[in-house]
Amino acid sequence: MMLRGLFKLTWIEIKIFLREPLGAIGTIVIPVIVFLVLGRAIGGKLPQPALAANTFIRVGLPVLASLLIAVSSVLSLVTIISIYREGGILKRLRATPLRPQTILTAHVIVKLLLTAATLTLLVLAGKRYYPVGVHVPFVSFTIALLITTWSILSIGFVIASIVPTARFAQPIGAIILYPMFALSGLFVPIASLPPALQALARVLPLTYAVRLLQGIWDGDAWSAHLGDVAALALVFAVCTALSTKVFRWE
Amino acid sequence: MPPVIQASGVRKTYGATVAVEEVSFDVRDGEIFGLIGPNGAGKTTTMECIEGLRTPDRGTISVLGLDPVRDVYKLQDRIGVQLQQAQLQKRIKVWEAVDLWASLYQKKTVDAERLLEQLGLTEKRNAWFMNLSGGQKQRLFIALALINDPEVVFLDELTTGLDPQARRAIWELVRGIRERGKTVFLTTHLMEEAERLCDRVAIIEHGRIIDIDTPLSLVKRHCPERTVVLATNDPSAAERFRAIPGVQEVVCNHAEFTIRGRGDDLVTEVIHSLSENHIRVTDFRTVLPNLEDVFLKLTGRSIRD
Repeated sequence: MMLRGLFKLTWIEIKIFLREPLGAIGTIVIPVIVFLVLGRAIGGKLPQPALAANTFIRVGLPVLASLLIAVSSVLSLVTIISIYREGGILKRLRATPLRPQTILTAHVIVKLLLTAATLTLLVLAGKRYYPVGVHVPFVSFTIALLITTWSILSIGFVIASIVPTARFAQPIGAIILYPMFALSGLFVPIASLPPALQALARVLPLTYAVRLLQGIWDGDAWSAHLGDVAALALVFAVCTALSTKVFRWE
Repeated sequence: MPPVIQASGVRKTYGATVAVEEVSFDVRDGEIFGLIGPNGAGKTTTMECIEGLRTPDRGTISVLGLDPVRDVYKLQDRIGVQLQQAQLQKRIKVWEAVDLWASLYQKKTVDAERLLEQLGLTEKRNAWFMNLSGGQKQRLFIALALINDPEVVFLDELTTGLDPQARRAIWELVRGIRERGKTVFLTTHLMEEAERLCDRVAIIEHGRIIDIDTPLSLVKRHCPERTVVLATNDPSAAERFRAIPGVQEVVCNHAEFTIRGRGDDLVTEVIHSLSENHIRVTDFRTVLPNLEDVFLKLTGRSIRD
């Protein structure tokens, strides 16, 4: 029964993650702190906020914070995979009846749970200290964020396949993922970008993630964002197919 | 009873590098079979082809009647594997690793707590992997290789990097595995390990097997020379020793003589000569050739090079 192995492996990976002091603090606590500090700083200075700033605090900041959670999950996955590969852990697990996909699935589940947990913390902290929107569709937003994370995780597997050693995993992943934020439409509307950058933004997965997350946060129906979900699913399909070709176990 | 492992004409290359040129051998039920040779000879690649971790370019392999490539999951359910230089998650606890491994097999697994006890790991059951000593890590890997009560156990360079005491303890454990009726296939570049542990060994160099037999037969076949070292102040000794039948060489260094010759009778003849000529000796020992000498003879170089 392979489900038993998947369950055990997932549970052990969660425990191991929590035992790593820097890992847990870095990925869960820091995004929450950044969110609170930024929110209070901007929100506090603008008692009657201008319209643009108001939109950013109400929609942009939560989406930015959520995306940071997703991306840091992915970076942590890339690092873990490359450490496991370097240490021969992946190879050792492969020398059991465990299917390779099961090993990777366990890590994806851990990261999705982590993303959901951090988001919950963020919302709870926000409710207490920084009342954002009162009527935010939290469940839909969580699902949207998990879809986003899933899609970026598949990019993470491609990155994990190409990084030469564990030491380069984090920086290379960051160089690939963080610049996407600039063109995602989060800071500058895509329509106001030069045509070449607009074209580039249109092929970057984060653009669709931002549009989906902002829309759902704002109360849009899912039907309005089927295109974004399809784009993220396409990224997942392409990257998964690619990583099954190029992924290295040792 | 058919052989447990049958490898015939196995070849494996990585790009332009030929890791295994051509390898054929059988491993019999219930024996400890050793693949010995220097680093880079093709030991690990050969073993990993048999375990189903690599696909050979050519040749056929059968393990327990299964094809390691086609029936890999079925095979891995029935074998136990310890890999060279493997690690586990730094912060996984000993009992968690054993518990996880136990959940990965279809077949009935052995009692984890008893296994830890047998391997002397009970005290360490709550320790993180990163805090174990080299010997403890290897014992844990043996535990993981035995958790599914396998029919064949694969051990790759099991004692490399361990101190002599830990090494001896591990040898005892491996003998214990054989006593439980399991077949053991191991690789080592330590000739002493092969000599003490293996029922039969295959000597591999440059991806080819040079010879296969019991350690004793290999020594007899390739190194029939016998050497006697003794110490005496008798002035006529050198002359007397050279007259012994079968003696090829007598080297004298101060009062110490090294007598080399062929045949099982050499030692008897030397003793006979000492007694007949009333030569008094202050030291007497025989030096027997070992696998190390066999390797040197067969390849023209020491395995340590």
